[in-house]
Order: sequence, then C-alpha cells, then structure tokens
Amino acid sequence: MPELTKTPVETEVPETGALAAAEPVREKARSLWQDAWRDLRRNPVFIISGLLITFLVVIAIWPGLIASGDPGDCDLAHSLQGSAAGHPFGFDQQGCDVYTRTVFGARASITVGVLATLGSAVLGGVLGGLAGFFGGWWDTLLSRLADVFFGIPILLGGLVFLSLVGGSLWSVITFIVLLGWPQVARIARGAVVTVKQQDYVQAARALGAGSTRMMLRHVLPNAVAPVIVVSTIALGTYISLEATLSFLGVGLRPPTVSWGIDISSASSSFRNAPHMLLYPAGALSITVLAFILLGDAVRDALDPKLR
Amino acid sequence: MGRYVLRRLLQMIPVFIGTTLLIFLMVHALGDPIAARFGDKAPDPVVAAQIRAEFNLDKPLWLQYVLYFKGIFTGDFGTAFTGEPVIDLMARSWPVTLKLGLTAFVIEAVVGIALGLVSGLRRGRLTDTVAMAFTLIVISIPVFVLGFTLQYLLGVKWAVIRPTVSYGAPLNELILPGLVLASVSLAYVTRLTRTSVAENLRADYVRTAVAKGLPRRRVVTQHLLRNSLIPVVTFLGTDLGALMGGALVTETIFNIQGVGYNLMQGVRRQESATVVGFVTVLVIVYLVANLLVDLLYAVLDPRIRYA
Amino acid sequence: MTTTTEKSVNPQAGKAGTPLLEVRDLHVEFRTRDGVAKAVNGVNYSVSAGETLAVLGESGSGKSVTAQAIMGILDSPPGFVTQGQINFQGRDLLKLSEKERRRIRGAKMAMIFQDALSSLNPVLTVGYQLGEMFRVHQGMSRKDAKAKAIELMDRVRIPAARERVNDYPHQFSGGMRQRIMIAMALALEPDLIIADEPTTALDVTVQAQVMDLLAELQREYHMGLILITHDLGVVADVADKIAVMYAGRIVETAPVHELYKQPAHPYTRGLLDSIPRLDQKGQELYAIKGLPPNLLRIPSGCAFNPRCPMAQDVCRTDIPVLHPVTDSRGSACHFWKETLDG
Repeated sequence: MPELTKTPVETEVPETGALAAAEPVREKARSLWQDAWRDLRRNPVFIISGLLITFLVVIAIWPGLIASGDPGDCDLAHSLQGSAAGHPFGFDQQGCDVYTRTVFGARASITVGVLATLGSAVLGGVLGGLAGFFGGWWDTLLSRLADVFFGIPILLGGLVFLSLVGGSLWSVITFIVLLGWPQVARIARGAVVTVKQQDYVQAARALGAGSTRMMLRHVLPNAVAPVIVVSTIALGTYISLEATLSFLGVGLRPPTVSWGIDISSASSSFRNAPHMLLYPAGALSITVLAFILLGDAVRDALDPKLR
Repeated sequence: MGRYVLRRLLQMIPVFIGTTLLIFLMVHALGDPIAARFGDKAPDPVVAAQIRAEFNLDKPLWLQYVLYFKGIFTGDFGTAFTGEPVIDLMARSWPVTLKLGLTAFVIEAVVGIALGLVSGLRRGRLTDTVAMAFTLIVISIPVFVLGFTLQYLLGVKWAVIRPTVSYGAPLNELILPGLVLASVSLAYVTRLTRTSVAENLRADYVRTAVAKGLPRRRVVTQHLLRNSLIPVVTFLGTDLGALMGGALVTETIFNIQGVGYNLMQGVRRQESATVVGFVTVLVIVYLVANLLVDLLYAVLDPRIRYA
Repeated sequence: MTTTTEKSVNPQAGKAGTPLLEVRDLHVEFRTRDGVAKAVNGVNYSVSAGETLAVLGESGSGKSVTAQAIMGILDSPPGFVTQGQINFQGRDLLKLSEKERRRIRGAKMAMIFQDALSSLNPVLTVGYQLGEMFRVHQGMSRKDAKAKAIELMDRVRIPAARERVNDYPHQFSGGMRQRIMIAMALALEPDLIIADEPTTALDVTVQAQVMDLLAELQREYHMGLILITHDLGVVADVADKIAVMYAGRIVETAPVHELYKQPAHPYTRGLLDSIPRLDQKGQELYAIKGLPPNLLRIPSGCAFNPRCPMAQDVCRTDIPVLHPVTDSRGSACHFWKETLDG
C-alpha cells in the first residue's frame, strides 16, 4: 500500500519542479523545518510541555516570583511539621520551608539539564560529524573511544568521577557531557555517513564541490535534525541523572538547593513525614516528564519516518 | 559463525583495555588511600611506607596498571583495607546482585516485549495510548523516587511485603526491587518494541504472510515478532550492564548487600582495590553481555551471520 | 460530476460460462490525515480459467489496490472497500467472514509481489516459507513440507534445490528470489494468480525468463492470471486481454492485439506512442504531458481531461461511461470514435 498513500504528496510537487531540483538540499532542509514547525504548533503535547518548560525556566531564573522566602531560612522548631499558613508544603527535618526549597530547586535541575545537553550536543555533534565526514583512522579512533565511554556504566562512572573531583554544579555538568557525547556522536556520525552516500551529494562532489562547501551546504543541514532529536530526549534523562547523583551523595552539595539532595535527606524520615519527599519528587518527575514529552514531540515532527 | 565470534572477541580487546585503563586512572586519582584510611590522624611514615609497599602503591603508575591487569586474569584483585581479599567480597556480593539483575532483566524483557507488542499491534487505539502514557510516566519518575514510593506504599503503609530485603536476598523478596530496577528499561523496551512492531507491520513480508493465508496469530508470532525483536535484543544487551550499575540505587534503597552496596562503601572509604576490582568485573560483565547479544543478534538475523 | 455509476461492458460477453473471477463496480478509498483518497472508483473486470488479463496503469492508478482488495490484504485502516462485489467461483468474497477469506488466500488464489527481497521474510529460510503453505493449509508435517518445498523449487527450476532449501532469501539472486515467490504462489495449485509487477525489479534478461516461466506454469495448471504492470512490452506476449486503468477507473478494455493496433482512448494512445520504436528512430518520443492526478482531488468529469490532447468542455463536466466499441472491447472516452479513427 505504501505506493498509494504516498501518491497525494508526490503529486503535489509544484510546477516549478525543475527550479527546485537545482537546489535540492536547501529545498529539502527548509521544508523539513517548516513542516516540523507546522506539525509542532498543532501538537497539544508540544504546547503543554512547552508551556510547562517556559514556566520552569522562568522560576529557575527568578524563583522569587512565586516564592518569597529564602531556602536557607530554617527553624528547627518547625522540624517535620505539616503544612501551615504560608507554608503549604510544610517543613523538612531542618525546619526549612519545603515549598520554598522546591521552587528554588528548579534552578539546579534546569541549569544542569540545559548546559549538559548543549555541551554533549556540541561536542558529540562536532566529533561525530567529523568522524562521519572524513572517515578513515579518525573515524576508527573516535568509534573506539566512544565504545570505551559506552563501556562505563553511567552511575558507576559518576560515583568514581565525582568522588574524585568533588560534587559541584560544574563537575556534574562536565561529567554528564563526558559520558553523554558518545551517544550524540554516534547519531551524528550515522546521519553524516548516510547523507554523504546520497546521490545528490555524490553528484555535488563529482562536480567539484570542496570539502567545506559540501559540509556546510549539503551535509550539515541534514545531520542537525537527528542531533536535535536525540539531545532533546536526553535533556530529561540528564535532569534525572543529576538528581540521582545528588541522591547518592556525590552530585550537588548543600548549600546548593537540589531536588535530589532534598529527596535524599527526606528519605530517612520518609515514613513519618512523606510530604517532605513528595513535593521535591513530584516537581522533579514533572520536570523530567515535560522535557521528555517535548523531546517526543520534536522527534515526531523532525522524523517523518516514525509517523 | 566461528569467524564472526572471533572477530567480535578481537574487537573487544581494545575496548576492554581502554575502559579498564580509564577506570584505573580515575580511581588512582581519587586521592591518597593511606591518608583516607588514617582519617584525621597523620599516619606514621614507617607504617604508611609498609602499606604502600604491600599494595604496590610505591611503584610507578604504569607498573601498577600492569600488575592490576595481570591480577584480572589470575583472579587477584588485591585486598580490601579490612584485610579481606577483594575476591572474597565479590564472591559474597555478586550472587546477590546477579540475582537482582536477572530478576529485573526477566521482568523488563517479558513485560516490556509483551506490552510493546500489544501496543504496536493496536497503534493509535486506547490500549496503545494508555500503555504509552504509562511508559512516559515511568521514564519520568527517577528510579529512587519510584523505589521509595513503592517501598513506602507496599512495605510500610499496606505492609504487603517486607520493606527491606533480608540477608541472603531470597528471590521472592527481590521481586519489588527487581521491578524498581527494571522500571525505566521496561518502559524503553516497551516503546522500542512498539515502534519496531508497528514498522514491521507495514513490511512487505508481512503482507506476503497474510496473502499466504496464514492465521493472524502465526503471522504475528512467526513472521512479525522475530523481525521486530532484533533491535530490542540489542537494547536488552546493552541494558544488562546498565542494570548492574543501576543496582547502586536499588540496593541502597532496599538495603541489599550486593555489588552496589560494596561499591558505595569502597568509594566512601576510598579503597581503590575494592572500587577498581568491582568496577572491572562490572565492565567485563557488560562487555560479555554485549558479545552474547551480538551472537544472539546473528542467530536472529541471518543477514548478519553470513555477511 | 453528473454520473458516478457506469454501465459496464462485459468483455466476457461472447464467451460461454461464468468467469472465475468477476469484479463489479468496486470502490476503494483511503482515509488519510490529509483527506479521503479515492483509489478505486468503480472497477469492473473478469478473468476466466486459463486466461490472462493484463491490468495496465501508472502508479496510483488503482491497479494494485484493486488486486489487494481481491486478495483481501488491503491495509485497513486506512483502506476501505466502500462498494462493489468480488465474485470468485460463484461467491462474493466481500460477504465472507475473515476466516473463510483466509482459507481462500494462498489456497485458491495467490499473489506474486514486485520486490521478492522485501516480500520474503529475511529471517526465515526459503524452505520454511515455502513449506509453511502446506503446513498451514494442509496440516502437513515439517518433514513432508520440506520435501514439498524442494519439489516446488525444482519446479520453478532453481538449481540444486535440495542444497539450497535451507538458505535465506538474501542468499539468492533477484531472479531466483522471484522464482521462489512464484513457487510459493503455485504451492497449492490455486485457480487464480495475481502477479503485481512481477518482473519490474529484475534485470531485463532475467525478466523474460521469469515471465516465460510464469506463463508456462499458468498454461500447465490452467489458472486465471491477473498481470499488473505498467510495462506495455511485458503485456504484448503473454496477455489475452488488457484493462487500462487511470485514476481508479478502467478507461479502456480490449483484446490485446486490437488494443495495440487501434487504441480507443487518448490515454492508451499516449502510452503506446511513448514506447520507443525502431521504425521511428530519430523522431522525438511522445510524452503524455502533466502529472498523474492527485487522488485527494480527482479532476471533475473525465479524470484524464487536464492531460488529454482531445479534451472538450464535456470532458470537464461529464464522467464518460465505458462505451462498447465492439463486443469485446470498451472505451471510457466521450470521443472514442474519433480516437479510434486516429
């Protein structure tokens, strides 16, 4: 049946077909992004996750907008108390306001997620892209290196690496980039290799297009989409990873406010005061969910094969 | 087939050397284990030198690595600072973690594939939508949050099970920890199976099978499923190692004295022998699992076997 | 659109007996996200035992969809048969239960697909896939089925069948793979075979061999054969009659030599004129202008009118019925007489 369901699309090629064929890559790339954007705007999942993420980013930058207190302002007298006037989520062990801490915790998660994603996307994208484009020993070396990093279970690596350099925002980000880039690199490499083998790229090469020009005009636009897809999906898991490392006691350290740390300290008195764990855990889960939904929507829009 | 196995084994060697070297360097950069052992007290220089000699810490780093590498093949992983050979520690904790890991693996594979198959066959229907929403939620909730919540609900509030696992880790007590450990991977297996099934459902050979007049059940089990499982098997293999690493969190939550538990102890005490030993075995398990998967892959897909 | 139903000319009229297969006023549509694509819009044709009907058309003309509707392997959703009858050996297939249709598939009617590589299961041996026919339809044992598979492979002249029965599809050449497809279709000696572009994916030299084999086996088993193709060259040698399809309708139907000699529809004429011929060497080759119609928005009136050199106003408003040209042929063109006269 594929033959027929495809037909309507194919027959809609405009009369200027000959003109469009002269610029196949640009035409293809442009319509891919336009199609993706048109698709996203109509996708309720994208709209909901987008709004949620906007909200999260805003409170990560200006937590004061919805929380007036100071997360470090604690009073042991309130230790483990339930919700009270002005303190809807109650207090934790140290007597800190759980609501304020939950709001302020967004900053660490969003920062780690966004920066680690950018880092691994750029590093992996560039290394993988170059490996795919130039091939040869550079490709072999990089693939083996990626295998080595893949060979390290991520939590174990985190445990060892962060014990070594000490937990901080930057060390956590560095670690995630270090273990995250091979995944992006593989995708980028694969995409570049595929594009390189396409007939129109071969044709451009035969016509004497130089390496730089090939890379910029033909290969890059087609390899960017898969990198964006895999990175968006990874963002949510990076946030989850930061919380897990902080929970294990090797990630972020106080006084940084992090959901992972709060969940860890809440776990000891969880049986008596479940609310302490509930709110940061809920906030964390919703944040991760929002980014994963966004990643899903972006993938659906950019990867028409999967529709 | 024999040549294929040999080629895969040879490919493993550089990855194995690279990974162990990386771990070795990282752990040895962890800091001075002697200082860590004596805590705040300044160590007696004579005793310190003696210990250094005993643990080969006085030798140059490359020699230490060679000795360590030799140790891997002779089963000599050094001694923990308690005086107990690391190999004994392993013999005690590995069976526990293997049991936990395999429980999780079985849950992940069986439930994930079944759910993914049903979803993929009914793509776009209610069953599918519910299953997909379920997987998204599971992926979004970090493992330690899920672990604590289930432990609280099932173990404490409703008291259906023991909240922690007793010594020796009997299998029936490992079901909940196994489920928690499997949760995220389970969701990925479901999604992967679903995509693969939905894609193969449109394949020409499925249409042929239907045109042959085969009953639907046979079309699904004999023709569709076997092809669809190829990418799933790859994921399951790489995930086996991740499960062992994920045991860090699960074992912490449920107080299981396995590999993760001992590793955490080792990292906290900066016992390089213990950490290096355990991580090395984990990496070996991971690489062997990958090899087994590649072989299974070749069994499932004759196109690779005869390539 | 003034009329949607067509008076059919039964090209079978002259012959005795009921045909093996008779498709009547078949309509199939695809309900997609972008709208409803009307793939088949009232097709009528019939095939008798021992007869070869060639169905000719561009991709998207509905020729394959009609075949899939006959076999009952339409992807549904999005594809739906909305109207019509498919009478096979005296029964309307569209009224049968799925279970009854399944028993007919493979046993009484079989299909050969275009791309044997993707149409055969890559992870199962050809012996298994051939033997499966006997095991499922006749409950044969694994061992007997394999013996039958070897027999079949011999029949379609695959060398060293006994040694190759445990090989996988990718280990065969394109021509050999298509022979396996043919063997699979023939396994239970069906009464009707539908071959959907059986030689398109093959090298030219292999095409002839495969086509000859198919024609020979058809004669031997006295089967009805529906040969779906876009290649006029393939048709001339093997077909008894031709049905030309355009935008989900039959625009012309005729015995094969009559159609070649004197087409009665401008579309058929266009197809014939676009074949390179030795006696017209050096002349510019004719090409039908424009593109095949978008099935979501089929032009009003005659679907071919935007591309037709003879189109008049009536062609844009009225759908032409299939006018009887002679007893055995028909043309769905308002100006069939003018076309016929040249």
